[in-house]
Amino acid sequence: MSATAAHTVPHAHKPTSSLYMIVLLGAVSTVCGLIIVVADMVTAETIRNNLAQITREAVGEVLPGSTELVKYVADLEAGTITPLAEVTGGATNLFACFGTDESGQRRFLGCVSKAAGKGYAGTIEALYAYSPDAQTITGFKVLESKETPGLGDKIILDNDFNANFTNLDVALNGDMTALANPIVTVKHGKKTDPWQIDAISGATVSSKAVGALLDASAERMIPLIHQHLEELRKGGA
Amino acid sequence: MASPSYKDSFVNGIWKENPVFVQVLGMCPALAITNSVENAIAMSCAVMFVLVTSNALVSILRKWVPKEVRIAVFILIIATFVTVTDYAVKAISVPIYKAMGPFIALIVVNCIILSRAEAFSSKNNVLKSILDGLGMGIGFSIALLCMGGVREILGSGSFLGHPLFGANYEPWVIFVLPSGGFFTLGAWLFIFAWWRERGARNKKPEGHQA
Repeated sequence: MSATAAHTVPHAHKPTSSLYMIVLLGAVSTVCGLIIVVADMVTAETIRNNLAQITREAVGEVLPGSTELVKYVADLEAGTITPLAEVTGGATNLFACFGTDESGQRRFLGCVSKAAGKGYAGTIEALYAYSPDAQTITGFKVLESKETPGLGDKIILDNDFNANFTNLDVALNGDMTALANPIVTVKHGKKTDPWQIDAISGATVSSKAVGALLDASAERMIPLIHQHLEELRKGGA
Repeated sequence: MASPSYKDSFVNGIWKENPVFVQVLGMCPALAITNSVENAIAMSCAVMFVLVTSNALVSILRKWVPKEVRIAVFILIIATFVTVTDYAVKAISVPIYKAMGPFIALIVVNCIILSRAEAFSSKNNVLKSILDGLGMGIGFSIALLCMGGVREILGSGSFLGHPLFGANYEPWVIFVLPSGGFFTLGAWLFIFAWWRERGARNKKPEGHQA
């Protein structure tokens, strides 16, 4: 940087011509670009399949028996549900799930929806299954979280906590516009009503975050599901 | 500087110049991605691949790359192989990819790789550079496994996901958390430094070159 350095460099070795450096950098960049393109072409298909596989497995876990998923993009602000195929650049946040009954008939099982909210550390992303017939949440699974290992991350694996979501009451109010009772998280052992979530002791913040993210999503998603229930039941078929 | 022999090119990185425990480089992944053995192995493989391939390409190009633009060329080459690794890890296993978070992309700025390009492969032939990359990669893997092993065994009571101590073991959660990473790294650095110093004292008592 200094003046002495500027003086000594030309003496140390002959400066390389700018043209040579530009050509060299261009050539190296082209080779590197080619390597990346080849790597992308080789792996793109597998990566797509992997991601789809993971979604299928996760949805199958929250709503057992679902063999066919129809993907929708639900816009909670605008109050619309559109099949994924008809949206450009949308991300699926609602699945209509179908299984087969004893006679092999295609049968509507319910909906699985994506929800996200702020946890103790970073965002918690989760899936929950909703049964429109029973008006209950029948399954819940955390997809991604950065909750504290050993404490907050119990929301992922704790069996007692997951038992909250086998039959969580999310019945709608009379005019079907919102939940009759908001989903709330209560202190461990204080659960009295079927719309309450029994918190994990020692992981109150994370448990409350789960309650809040479910409530925020369900308050809008479930009325929306009922508005479009006939369409969802058909599943684009 | 005389060119090292083929054997030295390979062996140096494993022990004498171990990138993590001796050169204390690449601390970022060594602390962040060692909360389980599985993550440590995945990270080691990713770094080793980038080290070997970037060392090889830097060495091939060393006669044509002028001093003025060498760092730009090295970074370009390293970034290319990191991108390839990124795709490859995502194709191999999405859960592992998610566990490693941003640290695959951050291999680009891993000092170990740039330092080997600058200090070794820009001055040595392709075979030696590949051996050097392998040796440094193995040294890095050993360090990450040392870290990951301790942290998973104490912090989760398991090794590679297999429970070791039965249901009554209460995991030492702090070892999975970032602070546990610092404790573990400090302990390993202490053990290595003590070991090396003892070896140096026993060999040549008059040598004070450290």
